Amino acid sequence: MPWLPVAIFLAVCIGLILIRVFLGPTHPDRLVGLDTLNTVVVVSMVILGAAFNEVIYIDVAIVYALLSFVTTLFIAKYIEKGKF
Amino acid sequence: MALDIITYILIAIGCFFNILAVVGLLRFPDVYTRLHAGTKCTTFGSIFLILAVVIQSVYTWVTEGLSSPQSVLTIHALIALVAILLTNPTSAHAMSRAAHRSGVKPAKAVTDDLEKEKA
Repeated sequence: MPWLPVAIFLAVCIGLILIRVFLGPTHPDRLVGLDTLNTVVVVSMVILGAAFNEVIYIDVAIVYALLSFVTTLFIAKYIEKGKF
Repeated sequence: MALDIITYILIAIGCFFNILAVVGLLRFPDVYTRLHAGTKCTTFGSIFLILAVVIQSVYTWVTEGLSSPQSVLTIHALIALVAILLTNPTSAHAMSRAAHRSGVKPAKAVTDDLEKEKA
């Protein structure tokens, strides 16, 4: 199955999302870009785990998804109130 | 092989929605429409891409026998999908609430009901 071309395609997507993270005029724009980036990174980790037949990549993807969720919630709370 | 064709179709749908999310994220005018593109389209695309992985690994699991290591890959991919499905809408809600409360207004919006609620 063509897992490696799909992974390269997702890497191109990650590069294009990084443009929004760097350009974003306001702070919530950068946060939205970061959250989208995290989802695409999780999916590409699962695809790479299927490509190389390694279960440990998918375990890393699960932990990355949960940790990026906590990170997004904390940055959103910081943007909302201005302090922790 | 029918399963291969189904997998190719799932991969095509997933890649299409991911590039749609990227285009929306780059082209939409303000943070709320970017959130709409960036969160929903990547969630939908990741469902299809992970389902493609699950279908292929279930096929290998069935052909290799029940004690194959592909079982671990299948179940862990499904757990990753559940983690994405649970966390992505929650973080989108938190981000939009934070954006509105920090003072970012929707561009070209005719009415803003949340602002009227607060006032």
